[in-house]
Amino acid sequence: MNAPRKLKVATASLAGCFGCHMSFLDIDERLLDLLELIEFDRTPLTDIKHVGANGPVDIGIIEGGVCNAENVHVLRDFRANCKILISLGACSVNGGLPAQRNHLDLRDILKAVYSTDTGLASGTQVPNDAELPLTLNMVHPLHEVVKIDYFIPGCPPSGDAIWKFLTDLLAGQTPHLGHGLIHYD
Amino acid sequence: MMSDTFNIDGQEIPFTPGQSVMQAALTAGVFIPHLCYHPEFRPHGSCKLCTVKVNGRPASSCTLPAAAGMEVESNTPEILDKRRSLLQMLLVEGNHFCPSCEKSGNCQLQALGYELEVFTPHFNQFYPNRPVDASHPDILLDLNRCILCELCIRASAEVDGKNVFSLSGRGITKHLIVNAESGKLGDTDFALTDKAAQVCPVGVILPKRIGFAVPIGQRHYDAAPFSAHVDEFKPTAASQGERS
Ligand code: SF4
Ligand code: SF4
Ligand code: FES
Repeated sequence: MNAPRKLKVATASLAGCFGCHMSFLDIDERLLDLLELIEFDRTPLTDIKHVGANGPVDIGIIEGGVCNAENVHVLRDFRANCKILISLGACSVNGGLPAQRNHLDLRDILKAVYSTDTGLASGTQVPNDAELPLTLNMVHPLHEVVKIDYFIPGCPPSGDAIWKFLTDLLAGQTPHLGHGLIHYD
Repeated sequence: MMSDTFNIDGQEIPFTPGQSVMQAALTAGVFIPHLCYHPEFRPHGSCKLCTVKVNGRPASSCTLPAAAGMEVESNTPEILDKRRSLLQMLLVEGNHFCPSCEKSGNCQLQALGYELEVFTPHFNQFYPNRPVDASHPDILLDLNRCILCELCIRASAEVDGKNVFSLSGRGITKHLIVNAESGKLGDTDFALTDKAAQVCPVGVILPKRIGFAVPIGQRHYDAAPFSAHVDEFKPTAASQGERS
């Protein structure tokens, strides 16, 4: 009998800090066991630029919320190309730290950071270049933009939590995180 | 005088007349989720986390008097789902960023989220614009996390005799206010030793200068889940029969 087809997994970090990706790597040598079951499509670890460029992806994992137009674009691309989409970490689940700007006016924030703050080089202005993705008025969790199938909260979720969740999922059962593995901080 | 019993999910629970379903359950070591219930105060019945079904109808177990022969459903998939939805609504209604909250690890809302495996707030976030009041020398008031359980209001009025807090507004505009002309906590006689400074189940009323002092792993709900802490919530002798 042939070995079962490896599942294709893609990952991305949007308005996150890469902490969730670091935590993913924190599953340590179990990564080798995981690689028996999966292969990577687009991730910060490969050089594939577009999700699903090499055919449909089974599982998409996204860290970070949505804070700019490019995030929206990448997220929609993932949704269109992944059978299962997982929201990984506090920022993707409820906006997290970046969303703590949500009650402030975006123009005021940009001005404070780029023109009125002390210690700026003279002539510093709010960046305005067609190459830069436009910042959204508010940061949003992923599920406010596309349908999300599973959520793993935590800042970041521990390697053990990610491992437990993924192995449950790969075994075809509803993922559970018991006491100590589920956390919001 | 344990004369009568009722049952919760098939388990017989003894009770004394005057006890609520919640009080009898906790006394018997049976956990029912709760947020606005506090063993030392009259029940408030506002958070609805303690909802159970009695003879097929929903009821708040913290306000419902126990009666002989009641058939109470608590941990059924249907009720657990409803409780999850309530927690999710509380989470999106305020600003709950646990990684930067000093109450994290000691918070009942968070601990219940873990207990019921709430992986996501599910609903759209409100991201309300709520004030933080740092005017008091010893206590920080961060209203972003208030769930309107009124425990601080009850404690300040009934135990401290100070009436430092009240509610203002109705429906979705309802919010906690400080009874001072300026609206600032620093302009009241609120003190760290007040009962009202000890009862907030979430991270609103926070003693200053001790934030994050206890490392992760040693916080109140790190070692064991909320449901393993039933003993802390057993009704005190004083609160028995004091229900109104
Ligand atoms: S009050 Fe509780 S749920 Fe809210 S942010 Fe703090 S720890 Fe999290
Ligand atoms: S401040 Fe805390 S105790 Fe007071 S109503 Fe809000 S959540 Fe309840
Ligand atoms: S604990 Fe019963 S309604 Fe809040």
